Amino acid sequence: MNDAAAEGLTVSPVGSEWGGGVLPYKVGHKKLGMWLFILSDSLTFGALLMAYSYARVASVDWPTPFPFNPSIIFSTVMTLCLLSSSLTMVMAVSASTRRDISAARKWILATMLGGAAFIILHLMEWNHLIGEGLGPGQLPTEWAQKWPGASPLFGSTFFGITGLHMFHVFSGLCYLGVIAVRMKKMTHEDVEISGLYWHFVDLVWMFVFPLVYLLSVEH
Amino acid sequence: MTDIHDHEHVGSAKLFINVWIALLAITFFEVFLAYINMRKDIMLIILMGGSIVKAALIMAYFMHLRFERLSLVLTLVPAMVVCLTLLAIFFPDSFRLYHLR
Repeated sequence: MNDAAAEGLTVSPVGSEWGGGVLPYKVGHKKLGMWLFILSDSLTFGALLMAYSYARVASVDWPTPFPFNPSIIFSTVMTLCLLSSSLTMVMAVSASTRRDISAARKWILATMLGGAAFIILHLMEWNHLIGEGLGPGQLPTEWAQKWPGASPLFGSTFFGITGLHMFHVFSGLCYLGVIAVRMKKMTHEDVEISGLYWHFVDLVWMFVFPLVYLLSVEH
Repeated sequence: MTDIHDHEHVGSAKLFINVWIALLAITFFEVFLAYINMRKDIMLIILMGGSIVKAALIMAYFMHLRFERLSLVLTLVPAMVVCLTLLAIFFPDSFRLYHLR
């Protein structure tokens, strides 16, 4: 009997679940790292969306400038692009499970196409809004007349939240590009981890879309 | 060493397509609420409910969390939910600010 056991302490035998030398979560360190990154990034977006809601409730008036046609329809198409790219990404991960490298690469390219379409549509929308006179801390004159007392924070929060999300989509495109090019050297876990990031970007949009767009539909 | 690659048979194409259809259906329902111009407070509650269901579907199936060990799920999900909920502690202050105007 060793000293610890003699003192009545519980000793994990080597090789048990939490005794060291094993993976208690049964995932590799890279995948666990991505999950922890996702956890922290969800707090970033959570804080931004909470700040947006705070500013909206605390303001005397808040613009609801998006007409159903074309603004909401346009942003719905953007949402469909992201949702569909998540489906193609999950297919890429499935193909990589079977070690079908060619199919996995094609599905990743399809995912990148969905992401690129999202960014292009988003930039078109930004261009239109900036053209109308919306900017960080600045409302178009027409909006200021329509919603007197409306907070100029609309522009700051809109560009801040959608901009940070768009940056994530762009980073995801670069990430997936590297995975697609180096597919032969990648393990299945590497492909799966890139998929986790991509799905997270999609997941965040599931909150941005209703809060920023659908709740700002024009009366 | 535990083999991390012995649980990779996660889901079928049919399952993922069904999840994708469910996500689309919830999205179209949310867009419909905007189309009929529902009262904003009720709409907010329904939209957030829909978004939470969508997030759960994405995490469970697309991110494979349903097929992972329970210990991983119990480490990640409660931490995320608690931290996000804690952010809401500040929220009632926005009403106070509104009434100060």
